[in-house]
Amino acid sequence: MIEVAADVPLWAAIPTALLVLLGAGLALTGSFGLLRLSSFYDRIHAPTLGSTLGIGCVLIASMFFFSVVETRPVLHELLITVLMVVTTPVALMLLARAALYRDRTEGNPDVPPLPGLDPEEPVPAPEGGEAPESHPAAAPAEEPASAVRTVRES
Amino acid sequence: MSAAILGWTILVAQIMLGLAMACAAYRVLRGPRAQDRVLGLDTLYVNAMMLLLTFGIRSGSTVYFDAALVIGLLGFVATSALSKFLMRGEVIE
Repeated sequence: MIEVAADVPLWAAIPTALLVLLGAGLALTGSFGLLRLSSFYDRIHAPTLGSTLGIGCVLIASMFFFSVVETRPVLHELLITVLMVVTTPVALMLLARAALYRDRTEGNPDVPPLPGLDPEEPVPAPEGGEAPESHPAAAPAEEPASAVRTVRES
Repeated sequence: MSAAILGWTILVAQIMLGLAMACAAYRVLRGPRAQDRVLGLDTLYVNAMMLLLTFGIRSGSTVYFDAALVIGLLGFVATSALSKFLMRGEVIE
């Protein structure tokens, strides 16, 4: 039989169980979206379901459970809440900008070009050699392209 | 009674979180590009953190909370450093 170490009354066990189950289900949904969606810019949205709502549900369940067990307010899970709320958008924004930068320097036609460039013409590929003469704004994008090219092999 | 409800529910939740970690690990191993692998690693960190919190609820000890906090911090540092690497080709300029 599966038992928990600390015994709590039934009115506390049911909300804790429901919140843990809801949080785990949301995390599973988000990770399944990460597995199933087709492009990277679709996939980056899916795991945020688990990292905001999912972990919020589990943290509320943990706070509630330990407050009932220790019969005093246990609020140190708020630390993880603040940490996730602050860091998740920053990290995923950095990742999305890095992916957009890599796609642009490779001339991927699926992403929109830089706003300074002509929308009719794709961004020149880094190994293509010369930039078109009519667009001097395309020249600064050439400089760090070799570094990106070496990273891409990994 | 309440211990049985909580125990079985947490077991189901842990299995779901394990499946979620398997999905993220698949994306880390077979991601078509490097940014997919970084995204999968970030999801893996978040799911591991939730798994540790459910272990903490089951065992009734607050030791797992500290491990979850450390995993959250490491996940943020890892994701931002890897994104910086993808952006510029080096972490510290």
